[in-house]
Formats: sequence, C-alpha cells, structure tokens
Amino acid sequence: MSLLEVKNISMHFGGLAAVSNASFDIKKGEILALIGPNGAGKTTLFNVINGFYNPTKGEVLYKGKRISGLKPHKICERGLARTFQIVKPLQRMSVLDNVIASAFLRANNKNDATAIAEETLRFTGLYEDRDVISKGLPLGKRKRLEIARALATQPDMLLLDESCAGLNPSELNQSIDIIKKIRDRGITILIIEHHMKVIMSISDRIVVLSYGEKIAEGTPAEISNNQLVIEAYLGEAHSA
Amino acid sequence: MNKYSPFLLLGLLALLPFVGLSSYMMHILILFLMWSVIGIAWNLLSGYCGQVSFGHAAFFGIGAYTAGIFYAKVGISAWWGMPLSIIASTIAALVIGYICLRLRGPFFALATLAMGMILKVIAENLTDFTGGDIGIMLQQRTWVDKTGYYYIILAIAAISFFVVKKIVESKLGYYFVAIREDQDAAESLGINTTLYKTIALCISAVITGIAGAFYMNYMGYIDPKVVFALHDISIITIMVVMVGGVATYWGPVVGSLIMVMLAELIRSIPKLGEAHHTFFGVLLILIIIFMPNGIVGDFRKFAKFFGVRRAQR
Amino acid sequence: MEVLLQTLIAGLLLGGLYALIGLGMTLIMGVMKIINLAHGELMMVGMYVAYVLFSAFHIDPYLSIIVVAPLLFLLGIVFQKYLINPVLRVEAILPENQVILTVGIGMVLANVATIIFSSNYQSTPVSYATTAWYLTDFWKGAPLELSLSLPWSVSFVFAIFITTGLWFFLSKTDTGKSIRATAQDYDAALLMGVNVKKMRVVTFGLGSALVGSAGCLFIPIYYLYPDLGGQFTLIAFVITILGGLGSTIGAIIGGIILGVFESLTATYLGMGWAPVGRFAIFILALIFIPGGIVSLFKKRRLAR
Repeated sequence: MSLLEVKNISMHFGGLAAVSNASFDIKKGEILALIGPNGAGKTTLFNVINGFYNPTKGEVLYKGKRISGLKPHKICERGLARTFQIVKPLQRMSVLDNVIASAFLRANNKNDATAIAEETLRFTGLYEDRDVISKGLPLGKRKRLEIARALATQPDMLLLDESCAGLNPSELNQSIDIIKKIRDRGITILIIEHHMKVIMSISDRIVVLSYGEKIAEGTPAEISNNQLVIEAYLGEAHSA
Repeated sequence: MNKYSPFLLLGLLALLPFVGLSSYMMHILILFLMWSVIGIAWNLLSGYCGQVSFGHAAFFGIGAYTAGIFYAKVGISAWWGMPLSIIASTIAALVIGYICLRLRGPFFALATLAMGMILKVIAENLTDFTGGDIGIMLQQRTWVDKTGYYYIILAIAAISFFVVKKIVESKLGYYFVAIREDQDAAESLGINTTLYKTIALCISAVITGIAGAFYMNYMGYIDPKVVFALHDISIITIMVVMVGGVATYWGPVVGSLIMVMLAELIRSIPKLGEAHHTFFGVLLILIIIFMPNGIVGDFRKFAKFFGVRRAQR
Repeated sequence: MEVLLQTLIAGLLLGGLYALIGLGMTLIMGVMKIINLAHGELMMVGMYVAYVLFSAFHIDPYLSIIVVAPLLFLLGIVFQKYLINPVLRVEAILPENQVILTVGIGMVLANVATIIFSSNYQSTPVSYATTAWYLTDFWKGAPLELSLSLPWSVSFVFAIFITTGLWFFLSKTDTGKSIRATAQDYDAALLMGVNVKKMRVVTFGLGSALVGSAGCLFIPIYYLYPDLGGQFTLIAFVITILGGLGSTIGAIIGGIILGVFESLTATYLGMGWAPVGRFAIFILALIFIPGGIVSLFKKRRLAR
C-alpha cells in the first residue's frame, strides 16, 4: 500500500511554475529517489510535502490522509520528517542537544529524550562528537546531524534532501550504510540526490523531474536507459 | 557557579536588612532586585527564545496600571495588582503576540517597540480610566520602612530566577533555543513555533507585569511617561541583560547590579546627570562592539582584559 | 465637506514629507537588512543644523538643505563605517545587535542635543510661516472656503523634487543601479563585481541625507525639540511596513496614506489620538497586508 501519495501537485510562484502536475507514490518500506537537473523543482516539492508551501494545485496524502495545507510541525508529528539541503543545525547547541531538542517530540521528559538522542547518535556514528558545538562540526558530520535530528523525531518516513552532497568517498560510504540501515528499520525514504553511485546502489525506484514536470519513473535500470532522462541531463545535442 | 550558589546568594540577601542599612541603600537594593526580575523576564523571551523585544515597558506598564486602576477605580488594595497583573499581562501578551509574532528578527523587535508606544498613548488619552498625564497616586503607602518591600521583591526575584532556570532546562527551554537558532529547522522538527513563541512571550510578560505591579506599590505613583518609557524602561531592560550576559542565568542579575550602581553613580556626580543618556548610549555602543555576549557570556574575554589568569565559567 | 477637504489637503501635504522620511529608512532597510532606529534622531540633527543656520546667519531653512544634506551624508557614512560595520563582524547570540546599536546612537544624539540646546521647544520664525492662499481670493463665488499654507506647499514641492532626484539617481546612475542591485540580491551583486561594502556605506549616507533634508522641510512648519526623533523613527517604520519593506514606491504611497489618515484622526478624534491612528494603521497593515501595499499590486511571490 502507498504510504505517501503525491497527487497532481503544482506549485507556482507568481508566473513561474516550479512544479507542475507532479504525481507519484511511495510504498511502505521502499527507497524512492527524486532526481533531476538543477532547478527541476525537487526541493520545492519537498517543501510542499513537508508543509512549508501550500501547493497551488493538487494534494499530498500521507497514510491515506490529506496533509497538504497543514503546518510543518503537524506533518512532522504525523511521522514525516525531513532534512535540509543547506544544513540548518541549531548552531550554538551541542550535537547532543540538537538531537534532544527533536527527540522531545516523542518523549515526555528529559531522560527519555536524552536516551532517544543518544541512541540516535550511536546509530548515525556521531556519539563521539556529542559534546561538540554543532557550528564547529565539519560538513560531512553536519549532514549526518541533519539525518540524526530527523530520526530522533521517530518518523515512519524520511525526506532526505541531498544528504550526500559534498561528502568525501569514505563519508559517502558511511552515509550510504546509514541510509540502508534506516531502511532496514522499516522507515520509508524519499531522497533527493545528484550522486549517481548513491542512487543506483540504494534506490528501489526513481522519479525524474525536469522543469517541474515528472518525465520518467521506474527502476534504476529502466531509468538509466530512458531516452528522455538522458536528454534532460545532457541536452538534446547529445541525444542526436 | 556551582549548584548551591543561588541559594547561598539568596540567604545572604535575606540577611542583609539585619546589618542595618540606610534607607537609601535599601532603595538601591530594591531597584537592583526589581531590575533583575525584569531582566530575567526579558532574557527568557529574547535571550533564550531569540525574540528580541524593544517594548517590555508595555508589560511593565500594564502591571503597574492594573494595580493602579484597581486601586483608584475599584478601591481595593494596590497589592491585589500583583495577582491581577498576571491575568492582565497574559491577555496583553496574547494580543501583542498575535500581532507581532508573525514578524521575524528586527521586525518583531520594532513591532514590540511600537506596541509599547501605543499603550503609552492610550494611557495618556484614556483619562477617565488612567488619569492621563496626571497619573495615579496611592494615598498612603503600606510601609514607611523599606524592609517589607525588600522581602517582597526578593521573593519575586528568587521565584523568577528558579522558574526561568527550570524552564530553560526543560523541554520548553530546548524548544525556545531551537527556535532562536533556526525557526524553519525547529518547525520541521515538529516544534509548533507559533505556540512556543507565544508561551515564551506570556511567561516573560507575566514576570514583567508583576514587577510593574510591585513598582506601583513601592513608588506609590505612576504616570504613562514613567512606566511606558521607551528609553528608561524598554531600552534599559535590554541593556541590563546585554551588560550582564544574554542567555545566561546570572546575566540579568549581574547586569542589573552594574546598571543600577552606574545610574546612581552618574546621578550623584553633579552636571553629569543631565548627560546620563549619552553615557548609557556610549556604554551600549561599547558593549555591543566589544562584549556582545555580556560580562557573564564573555567572561573569558573580560577576565583576560583585566589580567585574570584562571578564568572559569 | 469643507472640513473634510481641508483635512485631506493637509494630509496630502504632510504625507509628502512623511514619504521623504520613509524613503531614507526603506533604502537603508533594503540594502543593509537592518533597521536604523536612529533615523528620527538624524532628522533632528538636520533640523538643529538648519535652526542654527537660521538664527545665526539668517539662512532660510529651505536653503540650508545645501548644507544639511552633505553634512548628514557624512555623518551617516561615519556611523556606518566606524560603528555599524564593526558590529556586523562581531559574533553574538542575538543578530539584533545592530538594531540595538542604532538605539545607542540615537540616545547619544538626542542627549547631546539636549545639552547644547536645552529641552525647550524652539522654532524658526520665518516671515512666511503663516502665509496662505485662500480659494475665495481667486474665485469670489466659491461654494466653500479652502486654504493652502505657503510653507506647507513649498515643503511639499521640495519633497517632490528630492524624490524625483532620488528616482533619477537610483535608476539612471551607475552608483544608483549598484545600490538597487545590492538591495535585491546581496550575493549576486557581490559576484557581479559590485562593491557592496561601499554601497552599504553610501546608502547609509544617502538615507541620512534624505531624512536630514526632510528635517529642513519640516522646520518652517513644525517646532523642534531634542526628543522629537523617536516619534519620527516610528513614523518611518510604520511607513515602510505599510508600503512594503524595502520598496521605494511603497514608501511614497505609505507616506501619503499615513499623512492623510493622521490628519483625519486629528480632525475628527482630537490631536492626542493622532499617534493612535498611526499605530492603528500599523497594526492593521501587519495583520491584513503583511507584504505591504506594494504586495497588492504585484502578485508575484518570490521563491526563497
């Protein structure tokens, strides 16, 4: 059954259509990758799903219920968490406090929240850095902190916005492992990614956006042979 | 600062009147405690939750006028103003929050500043109710001696200090700081930012309002220019916390001590009194440039400046 | 009817001057993303300079713009370069530090003025202060009597001249275009080779010069005292919220609306309530048109 259904979503900013009439759905437990050239509307779509934007047209259903129009914190409460492409750590808080702040969503007291946070930090390999003020963290770890924070809200589904961009090869492998481990916990994942290695190795299905429209959907193997996708990425000159 | 130092300080302050201080010294101590209370309140909203208010005089004035109006129009003791101001400040905070909290950063700051001014103009013009510019005066203050007032404001200060400390260490505190650091991130982590900002504003307003009600009882006289003053209340509140240390437990207390003593010092030097705004203005500019996190926040820097070797937090 | 028309005329004239004050504020806000809470105090400084020029050398307040505008431009540059810029680099918990800094500057300016000039109300007794044109003088059989004050009208015309000049500067000169670019997108302007640091300094100077000139225009029709700044800072802020943050057209429209509205409250509710009218507009604008009036005209909402 579908966990998340994106139905005919359009998002206009003035005359500009950032997303037009995009539809797809995600089954429980799968990893769906959202790819497309820069400016294709991927992050806008995330902002619609996560509640920052109210879509111009269409609706988003989560667990069968409409969530578009709700505020982001309500959507997070229902079990749909996200990370940001441009990382937004709570700068002057320690890594642990960052995660505690989000763990409070499902915890009644500080001990419970701390327990959840510590468990999440171990899971994401940040436990050693728990006392570091997050502003001083290198980019790779800040990206992982984003994931840890989102996980600490104990979601059923995770939206990952370029969590692997800008990582070095060893960090990249670490992140791929973590994403797989998250999936193994039964958490459904929608991921925006540019890195082909990541996409091909983890995703069950791929949706391709170009200029705000969905141009293809399928398994990694299908997508890598899709003519439209190659055109969108390389331009028409190359496809001739 | 260890776990027991607040209690130790509280004990010391409670014993102070037995030393036999002059009425003037008691007055200074009372002002110090009152400004600590207002600073603690502002620090919760602005220091921890990051919503910088330029209009805390609004809540101070509302507290003072609640006490004053109930005394003058209903005929009950102005001390009833203390509990009643809790209700009045909460209502004011909800209304002001509804209007201002949709703005972020400096725009919120300016909107609150405008709110303070609005209340001042209203208090000046609703003469039937507030007495307008003539103000409200108590026929007789409760005590001639200052000791009673001292213990009351000491109790308020102690309660505010511990309540705010408790809040900051709880879920609320985490949420407040998360909102200060990044509102979008906080919202997407399931924090209802509007709700929690409103809570911070209400708590801060109530504490400030109680200080205002105390002021009415202690001074025995209020008028709109005094209690809704922009520079002498709202800006001094900011200075108290900035001097002491933003988002620290002790910042408002330290800042209040310094500011009250400075104000008295300037007043006591002839000719300098007229220039006290210049003095405070220059001080404010210097603090922002050189010690933006205050004495407690920038203690290391401060200690180094004065050649103290073993600086500790 | 007569009263209403007269009130509307007075409001329009006042609004023109308000627009000039709002323009300076909105420029600074747009380019630097900070609110200058010493804005009204800068105007007060301009007024006192004009006052001194008038009482010592009998220079007409309108002429004194030639002195006041460059002087305030320099003053603005000094503030920006030596006080505000250093704070932009300081790491602090509250980003509102810069705003608080301008409060400090305003306090010092107002207090210094009090020390020099005392807190008494003063005015420049220009010979034409009470001169006015009456409708019946031109049209004997006029059905109603309207008057137009000479200094108010002259000030209004000056305000229009200055605003037009500013518009030319911003849209036709290189520096003006660079300022607009910096306001629209700081990073892009930086990448395009605009000296954004210099633009910030110039803008602060320009904003100060504008509000200083507004002070000169106010002097023939208003009295002055050291603490008048705070009130005008708020007026400028209300105008920018009403018009739309950082919008020059918005500042002009906002200024005129505010002027007319204030005149109406003063006439029909009493002088004391005029500030309340001002704030009522402010609150209504915040609640119902958070993007300001300009947002009603262009439906474009920009993506972040």
